[in-house]
Amino acid sequence: MERIPILKMGRYLLVTVQVDMHDRLAMTLQDDLTNQIVEHKARAVLIDISTLEIVDSFIGRMLANIAAMSRVLDAMTVVVGMQPSVAITLVELGLSLKGVYTALNVEKGMEFLTTSLSGEDGADAGNTG
Amino acid sequence: MPVIRDELMQVRASDDIVRVRQMVRALAVELGFGLVDQTKIVTAASELARNTLDYGLGGTTLMEVLEENSRIGLRITFEDNGPGIADIDLAMTDGYTSGRGLGLGLSGAKRLSNEFTIESRVGEGTRIAITRWKGR
Repeated sequence: MERIPILKMGRYLLVTVQVDMHDRLAMTLQDDLTNQIVEHKARAVLIDISTLEIVDSFIGRMLANIAAMSRVLDAMTVVVGMQPSVAITLVELGLSLKGVYTALNVEKGMEFLTTSLSGEDGADAGNTG
Repeated sequence: MPVIRDELMQVRASDDIVRVRQMVRALAVELGFGLVDQTKIVTAASELARNTLDYGLGGTTLMEVLEENSRIGLRITFEDNGPGIADIDLAMTDGYTSGRGLGLGLSGAKRLSNEFTIESRVGEGTRIAITRWKGR
């Protein structure tokens, strides 16, 4: 079955969405991420959507669900790299991704996570605990 | 209104939503729509194609290139023979859904388009058309 790869880096999980996601693929990603947060005791999830040309309400709901589920599992989610045209369209569509942390790019997203989780033992990305 | 080109696609499975998005994108690029306009019409089409599948139980998407008074537009018509919509005003309300979605599909697609029409008969089906004009 087609899947979006999830990379484990220390206590972080990294996802780069590089395909035009059909609905089933989005649902699979949501399930896979939830399982892997628990399996790897991940503290954060970083989702790079810089190659996504659209985010419709289905994909938007998936991002919000991932953020909510990871929060319940004591992990943070940050969505990075949204294209300006996607952001404009998303807001006009009526979706503001409340409750989802965002950053301009992967680097800023990692900085945000490192700062947010600083002080936690082994929260650094490079530390495999 | 003169139609200078058209493409008809079936919407029967979730993969078809992706195909509709790709076809709308290709047409919008070919017609010279700006990036934001492309993104808006593709996103609106994605919402409505999903509605055709989820609520209309499948149907068709017709894409037409329009030319009127030397301006170019893209009209996309979604048609199904599903259960229809009993209360269109309610269905158009932000946040209202009869299914499991966010309730933004219809109202959002309308906001992302220059023109929007909806016709529906209970037990017969639904037809929704959106148009986006180039450079407006």
